[in-house]
Amino acid sequence: MRAYLSDRMGAALLMAPLLLFLVLAYAWPFLGVVKWSFTLPTPGLGQYNALLTDELVQSVFIRTLRIAAIVTLVSVAAAYAITVVWVRGTPAQRLVAEFCILVPFWISVLTRAFGWVALLSNRGLINTWLQAIGFISEPLALVRNEFGVIVGMTHFLIPFAVFPLASAMRSLDDRVLLAARGLGSSRMRTFWSVFVPMTRSGIIGSAMIVFVFSLGFFVTPAILGGGRSVMIAELIYLRIFQSPDWGLGAAISVVLVLFVGALMAIMFRFVRPKQLI
Amino acid sequence: MPTYRPGPASLVIAALVALFLLMPLLAVIPVSLTPSRMLAMPSGELSLRHYRALIEDPRWIDSILLSIRIGVVSSAFSTVLALCFSLGVWMFQPRFTAALVGFVLLPMVVPPVVSAITLYFLLTSISGVSSFFGYDTWLGVAMAHSVMTVPFATVLILVSLSQLDRRIDLAARGLGATVWERATRIIMPNIKFGIITAALLSFVLSWEEIGVTLFITSVNAITLPRLMWMGLRDNIDPAIAALSVILIIITVLVLAVRSIVVRQRGAH
Repeated sequence: MRAYLSDRMGAALLMAPLLLFLVLAYAWPFLGVVKWSFTLPTPGLGQYNALLTDELVQSVFIRTLRIAAIVTLVSVAAAYAITVVWVRGTPAQRLVAEFCILVPFWISVLTRAFGWVALLSNRGLINTWLQAIGFISEPLALVRNEFGVIVGMTHFLIPFAVFPLASAMRSLDDRVLLAARGLGSSRMRTFWSVFVPMTRSGIIGSAMIVFVFSLGFFVTPAILGGGRSVMIAELIYLRIFQSPDWGLGAAISVVLVLFVGALMAIMFRFVRPKQLI
Repeated sequence: MPTYRPGPASLVIAALVALFLLMPLLAVIPVSLTPSRMLAMPSGELSLRHYRALIEDPRWIDSILLSIRIGVVSSAFSTVLALCFSLGVWMFQPRFTAALVGFVLLPMVVPPVVSAITLYFLLTSISGVSSFFGYDTWLGVAMAHSVMTVPFATVLILVSLSQLDRRIDLAARGLGATVWERATRIIMPNIKFGIITAALLSFVLSWEEIGVTLFITSVNAITLPRLMWMGLRDNIDPAIAALSVILIIITVLVLAVRSIVVRQRGAH
């Protein structure tokens, strides 16, 4: 009994500092934000009502969902292609694929967004070259619009989409592929009707990760959208710092958390957390 | 060994994706060498003036030093907290472990912008009481970064603990070791690789943190990413290109060294 008590004491003492820290520095202020959403500028449900009626807020929500859906589709498809080579290529191919996945993964989001500005802006690489060869006379608008945002976000999220796919492809039993080939299935058909369906959990996991990440994306849309293609996270920022309307910013945050929470609850019905690493 | 290698079609598509992934990283190299004061392609001559600006302009140096200070303090703080917490979980396996770990991981899964507004609320509230820790102070930023990095440190340490053989600890316990001795002389030496990785990752995450930092700083605590952000939003400063090239080179070198180390460990 005594040992049992001291065990509980030991656990409590070791675990308390972090739990206390997060309660004070995270849970409590989050409740404060929730309170803002109900009390600023006037107490009541006014801000949530505004969310339902304000056309600007709704257009931003719809744009966010649309961009997130496109980015998810493109990122998962692109990640699938490079993951196949990373997991099943020859050793040299694997090394190259790994380099191309991990180097961007470890480079900061700002540097990567800046790289796209350097490529896509009016005096960037692509427009300079296209004008030099006489293909176009006026620079193409590739950035400060939705196209730039989608390109930048896809670039940022491909490495995140790779990991669940790689985990699914690694655990795939090769003998199934052998059997399909032995039964006379072509390479193409083996890939589409055996390989891809067997990596389904990876595809779902990676699509959910990319989608959830893109909903709360801030830095890339702010830089590559140039204020013209505002997404929900940037709208929160603008409501807090530019047109001080803390209540509305807080209300959007609460809705975003609830939405992401619901999505994650659905996701974990399909995939176990371990499959995501 | 996989039976099926990717065919030519897969290789071509994968190569295009690889090109897409590397393109923006390569694009910053020519921009960093432009002699112009604006963002432009160098036409003809090359110049290192933007690299010189990084060394000579005190704003860049100050923000680099500030980012290092914040990174070291927040990484040390979050690694110690994560280590104690994980030791508690592993040694005593208390009830409600899953719920407690889930709570600790929240800042990692909640959309960063929501964490940012939450920490903004925290630091502006503190500012009313003490100006030392609050909004736009380096200690406030270090605290906010700790909140954001502590879930990652906890995951890494918990993963390395899960690979540890419990019988070692049981033996020490049976021989009469106290909790302190078990933790410091038996368990920690065995997971030191995980602890070091957790500290390094926390530092890197704090070093490049921008989403939260943007909400909690204005004019005093200008970290390196915050300064880059300012240079990117207004008119684009090519010094950012020079800085990006340096950061990319460091990343490539670190990854290369790491892959060599991993290979050698695997070979033995």
